[in-house]
Amino acid sequence: MNLKSTPTSVTDASTNDDNYLNERSRVLSYVEAVCEATDQEMAKDPNVIVFGLDVDDPKAIQGTTRGLLEKYGEERVFGTPLSEDAMTGAAIGMALAGLRPIHVHIRMDFLMLAMNQLINVAAKSHYMYGGQVSLPMVVRSMIGKSWGQGAQHSQGLYSFFMHVPGLKVVAPTTPYDAKGCLVAAIRDDNPVIYVEHRILHFQKGYVPEQIYTVAEGKARIAIAGNDVTLVGISYMQIECLRAQKYLEDIGIHAEVIDPIWLSPLDIETIATSVRKTGKICVVDNGWTTCGAGSEIIIQVLERLQGEREVKFQRLGFTAVTCPTTPSLEDCYYPNGRTIAASVYDLVKGDRQDWMPQEREDLKDIEFKGPF
Amino acid sequence: MSNSNEIHVKLYCSLYRIRRVEEEVARVYPTDKIKSPVHLSIGQEAVAVGVCEALQLDDVVFGTYRSHASYLAKGGDLNQMIAELYGKATGCAKGKGGSMHLIDLAHNVMGTSAVVGTTIANSIGYAYGLKYQRKNAIVVSFFGDGATDEGVWHESMNFAALKGLPILFICENNHYAIHTHQRERQPLDNICDRARTYGMPTERIEDNDILTIYAKTKEAVQSLRGGKSGPIFLECITYRWKEHVGPNEDYHLGYRTQEEAEPWIQNDQVKKLGTMIDTSLRQQIESEIEAEIKSAFEFAEISPFPEVSELFTNLFKETAMVFR
Repeated sequence: MNLKSTPTSVTDASTNDDNYLNERSRVLSYVEAVCEATDQEMAKDPNVIVFGLDVDDPKAIQGTTRGLLEKYGEERVFGTPLSEDAMTGAAIGMALAGLRPIHVHIRMDFLMLAMNQLINVAAKSHYMYGGQVSLPMVVRSMIGKSWGQGAQHSQGLYSFFMHVPGLKVVAPTTPYDAKGCLVAAIRDDNPVIYVEHRILHFQKGYVPEQIYTVAEGKARIAIAGNDVTLVGISYMQIECLRAQKYLEDIGIHAEVIDPIWLSPLDIETIATSVRKTGKICVVDNGWTTCGAGSEIIIQVLERLQGEREVKFQRLGFTAVTCPTTPSLEDCYYPNGRTIAASVYDLVKGDRQDWMPQEREDLKDIEFKGPF
Repeated sequence: MSNSNEIHVKLYCSLYRIRRVEEEVARVYPTDKIKSPVHLSIGQEAVAVGVCEALQLDDVVFGTYRSHASYLAKGGDLNQMIAELYGKATGCAKGKGGSMHLIDLAHNVMGTSAVVGTTIANSIGYAYGLKYQRKNAIVVSFFGDGATDEGVWHESMNFAALKGLPILFICENNHYAIHTHQRERQPLDNICDRARTYGMPTERIEDNDILTIYAKTKEAVQSLRGGKSGPIFLECITYRWKEHVGPNEDYHLGYRTQEEAEPWIQNDQVKKLGTMIDTSLRQQIESEIEAEIKSAFEFAEISPFPEVSELFTNLFKETAMVFR
């Protein structure tokens, strides 16, 4: 099976522009979609600039910034010293001066060096100064996985940012959303944490040539179903789509939802699904404790309490540090089969010890390494 | 103004105004009407005034949590500042920022931070923006000696020099990070040397002399304007008379002595400039400022507190996703 990242149904309510899959769409990779969004916005607005470690080097951040230096010059596209803290502060200063900076980090783990500026300044300034200043800025970062990424190249830390009022967080999973969300993030007058996943970079899907936005406030029902609601965040959306296939094989129809924007969160779409299914499993691309999955489930329960009995389940990284060896790493992450097994238990009501046989067409085929 | 130097008059007006505003803040403080931690600049005003008087309106200033002086010296609105300290809706941040987050965009006071070193990085980004936009303005980044302990200071010096940014770094060295002397935090008293290592001209002004600070800033600004060169670094040695935060003296704590402070108090720049101006003119200036301050505190007193609905405003700026 080819797990195309194209929305599975053109009736999805989630599109902000309803013209996708038109004749001007082409198949692009996630990488190409990110690059195209940046290019098109830079062409439209001279205030959009891109910087960060290695954005101007020959590898061009996996290709996501390819060609931008040649097209827009080194004032608008530049690599920086290894100074995440000051460069994040500089992005804020640029935004204050009227630019719309895109600051790129090749791993999300590196954002830990930028937390003071992101949490204490970026999130706060509009409010703290009584609405007088605004910070249109995008912070792009990538979560790594597999082939020895290990402890400090694999963390999905978006829940840190969801915790803080004043930041927006988006984690698109398809090339279509990658482009539309990045355009929306660049145009947003507020700081947006734009979360990519290294494995999602290999996704391919239909992407319109023209500019469009996938704005906040609307989750996508990727696959409709009535038996259980399955929410996958970032790369785990792909594993949820696989789990959906395994479950379908045994007659369980999961509704798979991609939240897309994590902050602000479209909880209504998810709660509406759970109102129908009575069961929700959220698969986080991070640890479950205090995670995005916990937040989604509690918000659903708050809405449905007294109205609907709900069974719920969180899945995510094992609560340890990510190991490098494949033998341990394989156990560290949820995958389509383990998700299917957990959802099966959730649907049946207790532990069934069922695990689907691996289907050839649902194996992870996109990435062979090395990075 | 016949027998008084125009510059001396300007400097004195600003110095006296800031000193008296902060003395009033200190006087009112025990009433608990100001529910905001105040970090007074009393004793250090010469740095902010000497620098800001050498700037144009479109030059941009970033400060620290001890920024009453630079805010006012750059032209920040007094009524809005006092109202902000009182937490009133008429404050410069609508009562949401307080003393440590003063801002006045009309005068390009671009903000201040409670976290040491933080605005240095914001100021280099702003300077990058000015350079990119081919603007004639420059940025001034105020910070203390404590900020030079921070990693972000080094990162910011490096980037500013790398990109040749139109920015003047002003290190207000009052020797103390709260109660800890520079010598207990840094092996060498060489902040200028460290800045110079990154590739920028530096100068240390030892004696808090406002005329020297003004002259050196004027020179630096001329050199920076229009992106001709940059950055430039000035270390201004000064002294805080009051406690780190609050309206009182703190010699009883034992981390410093009255004897240490005495030469700085003897060298009070407010008094010094006052003697350089005709008495009648000085009295006129002072009485006008006293009236202005009285009026600002009255304005704060009678201003309303923000409505509860204000709690929920300004978290995000409403964004129009228009296709530009």
